[in-house]
Amino acid sequence: MAKRSVRLFATTAVVALGVAACGGSSSGGGGGSSSTSSAPGVTADSVLIGSTQPLTGIAAPGYSEIAPASEAYFKYVNAHGGINGRKIIFKYLDDAYDPAKTGTLTKQLVLQDKVFAIFEGLGTPTHESVLNFLNQQKVPDLFVASGCLCWNDPTAHPQTFGWLPDYTREGKILGDYVKKNFPGKKIGIFAQGDDFGDNGIKGFEQEIPADQIASVQRYDPGNIKIAPQVTKLKKAGVEVLVSFTVPAFTALLKLTSLQLGFSPQLVVSSVGSDPATLAGLIENFAKEGGTTVKGEDLIQGIVTDGYLPSPADPNNSWIKLFMKVYNKYLAKKYPVFDGNIEYGLASAYTFTEALAAAGQNPTRESLVAAVEANKFAGPNLTPYAYSSDDHSGMTGVQMGVIDGLAIKLQGTPLVTDNGTGGITPYTTAESTAPASGVPSG
Amino acid sequence: MRLVDRASWQRVPMVLRHGVPAVAGLGIMLLVSQGLSEYRNTQLATIAMYVCAVAGLTILTGLSGQISLGNGAFMFVGAYTVALLLEHHVTTSNGVLALFLVVAVLVAAFAGALVGVAAARLRGPYLAGITLALAVGLPVLPKYSHLQSSLGGHAGISVNAPAPPGDMNYFRWQAWLCLIAAAITLFLLANLSSSRVGRAFRAVRDDEIAASLAGLPVARVQVLAFVVSAACAGLAGGLFGILSLTVLPDLFSLTLSLALLAAAVFGGLGTLSGAVYGSVIITLLPFWSSDLARALSLPDKVQHNLPQAVYGVGLILGMLLFPLGIHGLVRRVGQLGRNTLRTKPANN
Repeated sequence: MAKRSVRLFATTAVVALGVAACGGSSSGGGGGSSSTSSAPGVTADSVLIGSTQPLTGIAAPGYSEIAPASEAYFKYVNAHGGINGRKIIFKYLDDAYDPAKTGTLTKQLVLQDKVFAIFEGLGTPTHESVLNFLNQQKVPDLFVASGCLCWNDPTAHPQTFGWLPDYTREGKILGDYVKKNFPGKKIGIFAQGDDFGDNGIKGFEQEIPADQIASVQRYDPGNIKIAPQVTKLKKAGVEVLVSFTVPAFTALLKLTSLQLGFSPQLVVSSVGSDPATLAGLIENFAKEGGTTVKGEDLIQGIVTDGYLPSPADPNNSWIKLFMKVYNKYLAKKYPVFDGNIEYGLASAYTFTEALAAAGQNPTRESLVAAVEANKFAGPNLTPYAYSSDDHSGMTGVQMGVIDGLAIKLQGTPLVTDNGTGGITPYTTAESTAPASGVPSG
Repeated sequence: MRLVDRASWQRVPMVLRHGVPAVAGLGIMLLVSQGLSEYRNTQLATIAMYVCAVAGLTILTGLSGQISLGNGAFMFVGAYTVALLLEHHVTTSNGVLALFLVVAVLVAAFAGALVGVAAARLRGPYLAGITLALAVGLPVLPKYSHLQSSLGGHAGISVNAPAPPGDMNYFRWQAWLCLIAAAITLFLLANLSSSRVGRAFRAVRDDEIAASLAGLPVARVQVLAFVVSAACAGLAGGLFGILSLTVLPDLFSLTLSLALLAAAVFGGLGTLSGAVYGSVIITLLPFWSSDLARALSLPDKVQHNLPQAVYGVGLILGMLLFPLGIHGLVRRVGQLGRNTLRTKPANN
């Protein structure tokens, strides 16, 4: 017993020396170059940005393609001279969708790697855990990859910006579509039991008379047994089923309905409707259950929406640009050009636009100001809401139907707010991609 | 070979025997912190924060023989206590912050007592089961619709800790806060472990019937062990909130609870120095393994999954090769060294 404390003391000393040895090399690293650069992470010929992504774990299928796709677009930009002569270096780390890891990795990116900005941090709980840290350190936090309304709080979080349409806006537009196209039908809702589902439902219910909704069922993303909920929806006589689900649960919903002989018209949030991802998941789940199905056949006719040009539209100038980048940098690793790849490319394009607009010698302040100035002309189908008092991203979506392995967009894009405002068509002609493929400042 | 022989060292009062090394260790660590970069200070703070929780768990599992897969839930309790206190009583004083941490310890200890009462009736896998349920069930409480407004729902609560005193660097202040907390925790637990209570823990662990024949109230001793470990976890939780600037349900996942247990076991169950080793490992091993994975140019899918594989295989190999954890390994190396030193004079 006597030696216990002494040993503990020795342990502490050893650990101390160990940490000191590790730390010694990097402790002086930050100061040297700061005099010649306009901001942390910016040198004469490069800009370093960082991100945390679910490269492994539950959210990895599909979403793990996003950051590599963004990186591919930055490589394309770099091969075309970069932005103001600077190459964009994108360092993304795997947080496995665990908010505790997001915290330590974000500290690594900001304090050790000294990134200029955080870009495309993915996921609601994961990114919520670093919001305060990034804003306290005044690091621009651009285009969080999640439709949570929580990114739009310019007073508390002036550095943070959303990008994709938020769940409530999307829910409203889906509700508007259902109201107009399925009048009088019994509606059921199947939603993820968190902010995604709640805010989607909130928007949807604004547009639909309460007595038309026959049943609302929620699921927990940790529990794949959803037969009880689907049975209740079936018993309620649901004819149109609206689902705010991630791809895996859209696939499970489809398969479980099939097993229970329940075939309502499906209306799926864009979060969980990427056709290529869905078809693959359905086939995998069926195989695990011992049957063989053709995923593509099962998803035909699903109503959904999109906020970027359809990947299946070869004449669209953005799709042409994205295919060029995809074929050069990504096709070998990712055999299908799907919605996730397009997301990563389009999001990276938007960041590049912001960086170009942030001036010859960008600072963290000028980058934030450039986003708030909102002079974007990217592949987004609806305009961004960005201003000094609004940090939410795209203001709407365009409805569409799954046809083959792509979403066939219909009508015109629709825009709305995330409050009680109306839904209006957005008729301004779609922008075209610059010939060089790189935005100019 | 020894500066002080065993008998006379034993005569030194326990408070001094543990206090002097604790103060000296803390002093060294504070000096080390002075020389570290901001980033290394955040790592040091994280290690010290984990030391608080793992040391409490190692007392529970190693000394009193009860297993807990749920100490992350007590961290949740401590973290939300501090966050709510700071939300409702905005303060700029570090003294008040320290007081709030003490409150977090008390609240978590109370939660531990409640669980402990149930736990004292359960054994082995049943006890593991109930603590597992706690780890899964308790931290999602803020998402429950009736509590969302008071506990912040999925987005959690911002932790508005006071600024560092004077012009001290923010991240160094965080590290100091955690180091001081860890030193106090280790000092108190070292005293507890070598006191009558610590002996009671061991007696109950080794043979409950014998312990009760010797007059020990077995159930009460077991509950007390739970209270101690929950109190330590509560302190760690409060610090965790201050380090992350925000508390939200998903921070306190099952992974956290399991990591605490992994640290206690891998460091060397029942020993406080083991808690320090274990905390260093769970904090730094993920960084080392992902650096390693990045350094080798492997296909993406292999590279992304390699860190988890290294972590898992490392823990398995570690347990196979050193069943007593790093503490056991260090001790064996130390004994070998002493034996060789001792035999040398005889050869002459």
